[in-house]
Amino acid sequence: MAPVVQLKDIHKIYDSGEVQVHAVRGVTLELHKGEFMAVMGASGSGKSTLMNTLGCLDRPTRGTYLLDGVDVSGLDRNQLADLRNAKLGFVFQGFNLLSRTTALENVELPMLYGTGHGTARQIRERALHCLDIVGLSQRADHFPSQLSGGQQQRVAIARALANEPQILLADEPTGNLDSKTSVEIMGVFQKLNDAGITIVMVTHELDIAHFCKRNLIMRDGRVVSDIAVADRSLAEAEMQKLHAAEAQAKLTD
Amino acid sequence: MRFGSTIIIALRALRRNKLRSVLTALGIIIGIGAVIAMVSIGNGAKSQVEAQVASLGQNVITVFSGSINTSGTRSGWGGAATLTLDDADAIAREVSGIAGVSPEVRDRSQVLANGLNWNTQIQGESPDYITIRSWPVAEGSMFTEQDVRSVAKVCVVGKTVVDQLFPETEPIGQTLRIRNIPFKIVGVLSAKGFNLFGQDQDDVVLIPYTSHMKRITRRTNIASILIQADSPEVIDKVQQSITDTLMQRRKGRDQDFTVRNQVELAEAATKTTKTMTVLLGAIACISLVVGGIGIMNIMLVSVTERTREIGIRLAVGAHGRDVLLQFIIEAVILSVMGGILGVLLGIGSSQLISFYLGWPVLISTLSVAAAVSVSAVIGIFFGYYPAMKAAELDPIDALRYE
Repeated sequence: MAPVVQLKDIHKIYDSGEVQVHAVRGVTLELHKGEFMAVMGASGSGKSTLMNTLGCLDRPTRGTYLLDGVDVSGLDRNQLADLRNAKLGFVFQGFNLLSRTTALENVELPMLYGTGHGTARQIRERALHCLDIVGLSQRADHFPSQLSGGQQQRVAIARALANEPQILLADEPTGNLDSKTSVEIMGVFQKLNDAGITIVMVTHELDIAHFCKRNLIMRDGRVVSDIAVADRSLAEAEMQKLHAAEAQAKLTD
Repeated sequence: MRFGSTIIIALRALRRNKLRSVLTALGIIIGIGAVIAMVSIGNGAKSQVEAQVASLGQNVITVFSGSINTSGTRSGWGGAATLTLDDADAIAREVSGIAGVSPEVRDRSQVLANGLNWNTQIQGESPDYITIRSWPVAEGSMFTEQDVRSVAKVCVVGKTVVDQLFPETEPIGQTLRIRNIPFKIVGVLSAKGFNLFGQDQDDVVLIPYTSHMKRITRRTNIASILIQADSPEVIDKVQQSITDTLMQRRKGRDQDFTVRNQVELAEAATKTTKTMTVLLGAIACISLVVGGIGIMNIMLVSVTERTREIGIRLAVGAHGRDVLLQFIIEAVILSVMGGILGVLLGIGSSQLISFYLGWPVLISTLSVAAAVSVSAVIGIFFGYYPAMKAAELDPIDALRYE
């Protein structure tokens, strides 16, 4: 089967006047359907640039990027937008939900752009279905300010799912969450991955990366390590451990 | 689909900031309200003046006798006794396109009737006078051509004269003594009110001009001639033709009369109110521009404040055009809603003004339609720049914006 993502010798050079910043220096990478990859690295390692390239938010200076067989390099701003709308889902560190807008309307957002999303009624039903997947259908009418961080991130995941994307891109999705909620969110990702969705996430937490199937480590714009995770953590088991630890703490008190 | 959903998106965005939306629209509400109120007041004043001008009669041309030069001392218009009945007859005979002619003789005199007396204006006119002045008789009838020929002692009295002399009795058929000559009252004129110069037009007694000249003033000349042209289009032609006819009768002597038409008077009278309307309108337009700048200001703040939101929209697949459209639609919705509310405010306040101050107001549908479309244009014009800034944002920068 053809890979979903094919990067060939990707370079990205930022030209800010006098100084040239070579953020990514030749990354070659393949990603198949159903993969769950964590991209790790120190700040300035080029992982964010790589994510922006994968997310079609930015075009590489050199190299080719085939997304689902389509060469992305030659597309203009609007074509990239349509591609993002049709094939990619985004989850951000800061959730990035529209404030004073209900969870449901937030999830509807991607379907209001692009074409072929059906009638207002179908969009609404699809949005409710996505909220159901992340277990928040009861909170459809809540505003982000009425939801906890974990719940907000789940709304953001539901929004990313709205267009039935080829890949879900998550940029430090647990960066703003406590460890227990992080495990919860990783549980949602693992569930989605089990259902066949390809996920790429950036993280700098090793234990979070351990929930993924594949770890890619970057340094100075190059891939220095690309390994399959041998005995990855399962969110369900980790959750039980956490509960046990909590119970323990209370007992010993 | 895209346009429809963009409207939904814009409405949702406005709803998220209700108070700010209302405050933003307030500038336009007040601006449009002021325009509507000012224009209504201006139009009301204009229509009042026009009504007064119309009360002078339709398509009226007046010939005044001229100025006279007595050994170097020049009198004003009407000073010379140069117009005669023959002049009036010549106009009636030779000028085409006229609907009526009335030679005029005027005099003030004390009149007695019903045991009361009153000083009033005695006017010698022809029966055409009431049609020329569009001034119908309320009771009885106008004297006739026959009365003119027979130098009859009949008169038609104005409303004020009736009020003063016949407070309780019926005036028709009674006798009115002018310089001790008894005139029979055959008709009462309808009330006409004050003219442009504040004179009471109803304080008048009309008698046949022949009776006036032969029985009261014993003059052979007339003061002026009132002529009614058939239509507004022929006024200039008729005026020229009257001048030509009279000049021909003067056989080469200098012109000793002047011919004026009502259009000139109407123009002079409406000029002031026109100036006022333009002035008020201009002031109101300034407030509209200020309102528009208010919208632009808020939209610019809004774009900066919502940079992340724009980033999210761009990330999930909005084109620059979608964002542009969203912000323009937001601005247009704000300004059109403001425009509609402003129209209501303007109508309401002009009604209040007319109710409490008694000023005449006239709300024209044209100004309402213009106000609403102007507000839409303001929305597009002042919304475009902020919308452009939003549409040009880079999604990565916008998402990272703190």
